[in-house]
Amino acid sequence: MNPIFPTTLLLVEDSPGDVRLTQEAFRDANQAIRLHVAWDGAEAMAFLNRLGANINAPRPDLILLDLNLPKMDGREVLAQIKEDDSLRTIPTVILTTSKAEADIDKSYRLRANCYLNKPVELEAFEALVKSINDFWLTRVKLPQQRPVG
Amino acid sequence: MSEQRIKTLLLVEDNPGDVRLTQEAFRNANKSVDLHVASDGVEAIAFLKHEGKYANAPRPDLILLDLNLPKMGGHQVLAFIKNDHGLKMIPTVVLSCSDAEADIVKSYQLQANCYLTKPGLLDAFQTLVESMSDFWLSRAALPPERLTT
Repeated sequence: MNPIFPTTLLLVEDSPGDVRLTQEAFRDANQAIRLHVAWDGAEAMAFLNRLGANINAPRPDLILLDLNLPKMDGREVLAQIKEDDSLRTIPTVILTTSKAEADIDKSYRLRANCYLNKPVELEAFEALVKSINDFWLTRVKLPQQRPVG
Repeated sequence: MSEQRIKTLLLVEDNPGDVRLTQEAFRNANKSVDLHVASDGVEAIAFLKHEGKYANAPRPDLILLDLNLPKMGGHQVLAFIKNDHGLKMIPTVVLSCSDAEADIVKSYQLQANCYLTKPGLLDAFQTLVESMSDFWLSRAALPPERLTT
């Protein structure tokens, strides 16, 4: 990633506590991140499709998606992102407390780019956020804004 | 993941030098992995589909895929994996020398789980392999070997 440009993240998470912790952990890990929050699945899709008040929403470089969400479930959000020709290239990382093998398998089948277990302990959570920053936002080549073709 | 089972990797790479460097990088990183090598795209598919001499090949936990391959290109191999019901959930990491945006976008369109560029310098390559294996083999939850459903 080019450090000159801020990296835009969309966090889809309904728990205010988890949102706060994620914001704080990213602030510690990387100052150049702009973290947007969608509190449920419907809001996430409205943000990504720039509907209503989201008309000027930026295209995220990476999406962090919880599975259990009100209104529209995380699995449905994932399916919609990955069925959309324009949105599907945005790496979408599942970040959930579920360790169920069925959830892991289903998420990868629905083309999640990666599945991460959200640890309960604060320090482990901070370490996980740091590793997301170090790997996905530092090592990985993310697609630039719009798909070229 | 906390499980200590040794992970099986399939490296699809035609350059013997890069194969050797990758093997050494895993060894230097103290990562015990069961690393299998396919030296072109056709061999990779044969391995994954248990064809011919690969009748007893294990299912990899993670695939590392070069893009420039003889016989069948990396993008074609990727498309095959991600359209195959039994293989699509295996995380597939593109590991390529190409920095071209078209290659990056196309790989994500074809549902690569992530895209990494192979650095030319040896130290940087070692660091990349360490970071990749730390993330994918220690942090990420990988799909279960077999799901009964």
